[in-house]
Amino acid sequence: MTDFWKRYQRNRGAVIGLIILLAVVLVAVLAPVLFPQSPWKMVQRPFLPPFAMERFPLGTDTLGRNVLAGLAHGAQVSLLVGLISTLVSLVIGIPIGALAGYFGGWVDDALMRFTEFFQTVPNFALAIVLVAIFEPSVQSIVGAIAIVSWPPVARLVRGEVLSLRSREYVEAAILSGQTNATIIWRQILPNTLSPIIVLASLMVATAILLESSLSFLGLGDPNLMSWGYMIGAARTVIRQAWWLSFFPGLAIVLTVLALNLIGEGLNDALNPRLSRKGK
Amino acid sequence: MLRFIAMRLVKAAIILIAIVTLNFFLIHAAPGDPAAVMAGEAGAADDIFLEQLREQFGLDKPLLTQLGLYLGGIIQLDLGFSYRQQMPVADLIFDRLPATLLLTMTAFVISLVLGTLAGVLASARVGKWSDTLISTVALLFYATPLYWAALMAVLIFSVQLNWLPGFGYETVGGNYEGLDRVIDIAKHLILPATTLGLFFMAVYMRMTRASMLEVSTLDFVKTARAKGLKPSIIQRRHVFRNALLPVVTLAGLQAGQLVGGAVLTETVFAWPGIGRLMFEALAQRDYNVLLGVFFVSAAMVLLFNLITDILYRVVDPRIRAS
Repeated sequence: MTDFWKRYQRNRGAVIGLIILLAVVLVAVLAPVLFPQSPWKMVQRPFLPPFAMERFPLGTDTLGRNVLAGLAHGAQVSLLVGLISTLVSLVIGIPIGALAGYFGGWVDDALMRFTEFFQTVPNFALAIVLVAIFEPSVQSIVGAIAIVSWPPVARLVRGEVLSLRSREYVEAAILSGQTNATIIWRQILPNTLSPIIVLASLMVATAILLESSLSFLGLGDPNLMSWGYMIGAARTVIRQAWWLSFFPGLAIVLTVLALNLIGEGLNDALNPRLSRKGK
Repeated sequence: MLRFIAMRLVKAAIILIAIVTLNFFLIHAAPGDPAAVMAGEAGAADDIFLEQLREQFGLDKPLLTQLGLYLGGIIQLDLGFSYRQQMPVADLIFDRLPATLLLTMTAFVISLVLGTLAGVLASARVGKWSDTLISTVALLFYATPLYWAALMAVLIFSVQLNWLPGFGYETVGGNYEGLDRVIDIAKHLILPATTLGLFFMAVYMRMTRASMLEVSTLDFVKTARAKGLKPSIIQRRHVFRNALLPVVTLAGLQAGQLVGGAVLTETVFAWPGIGRLMFEALAQRDYNVLLGVFFVSAAMVLLFNLITDILYRVVDPRIRAS
């Protein structure tokens, strides 16, 4: 663990990313305490510019709602949707990849054609169609993001399993009569964990971008304040009120950037054997 | 080569049929009466139209018969009827397709050219400040939501500086003709195409940089160096050409993302393409249009993949031989 941290902190960007992410998490957790009122509530006159009133440092939106409160509550939605949809993608992608890599042959062929199909289909368009048809809600958004995001997981796991399968310790496990399920679950999958963790951290970032894009188009959960929704609602008034789209966008950039940096740091820390060319 | 193209076309046809099947099941999985789903927002259509839809798609017949009817329609390029717009969906889409093709192709060329250039530049100056700068900018582009970049671009270059139009395809009431019209459209194209390309620029830059660095450690490059070739020639002839291969593969894979990104860019810039059409259909819950755009964009991706596959074979003689 200390080794892990030592290697991780050698990547300066990754440390900065971790600090930013912790700050965002803190804001998300404290949102109900800092802004106990609903972020949908009108609190001041509309279009109050930022830094004009101390109580509303980022101003108010088209309906007089507190922008800062919206940002804090939006952080919850972004992080939760990003995390949960990534977990669901892992639950879909890992078994498919593991089965394809372990059994090979026609199982591999069938599962990989299936994966390829989902990789070829334009994934944002599919996500839009899915959320529109099943009505926007946290569940449909998480489901849609997971359905368009699992293929890289399956391909990664398949590749790893394929190379681990022929290792001696796996052959030993086969000879000792362990069942296929035990071998995959106990012997092989634990050894594929590092690349999966790295990929997952990057997937959370992509999921946050996807969620915000859907909300921007009006496909967010109508009961939850989110960053994408805030920008979408401010789109038509960009000429009068730049701050309404500027601050939520900045929040997205910082969060996604932090997660990408963390992903690189995790890669350095978990795959120390890879040479760090040019860094 | 012909055999290869034929094989790929068969594969593309299978994928398209799979997408149509998926669309079909989505209509049936949606909450509510499939006829109402096809007609658009529930309650928007009158009973006569709903009855007509039930008849046309045999909605009282077994599911497989329905699928057959639906597939049959698509094969004749019948993507259904938009009750909202009172027009066949196929006509709506084909009217808008040229604008989207222009936008995505321009964005693709911009991002590929600038991305690989930046990548080559960064790899040539590994660890120096220019490499750090390029890599940092790429990292930022990579994390920026497309639609936000588009809005900020409008704010800066259109509202504040008034350099470029931030809205539409050409000047309304401009009545330009010939070359003037081309210039007018080009001006309108710059902001949307550049913002759509930013994310992909970052992707290609990172890929090119990593790929250049990897290739330059290979044996044949050492040989070239030992022969005393000029470093600039080694970079261009030996390293760059080989480093380009994974970038081409990636470009093919990114085609779908480009089409998806067009929905966001076209929404912000009021660009009259199929992405904007999709956004408008969303507000009206015009499912036939949504599914139609989804189908056509998938077809675009397949075509794009085919082109990059052919390009790849042209660029890499090793594959042609095997």
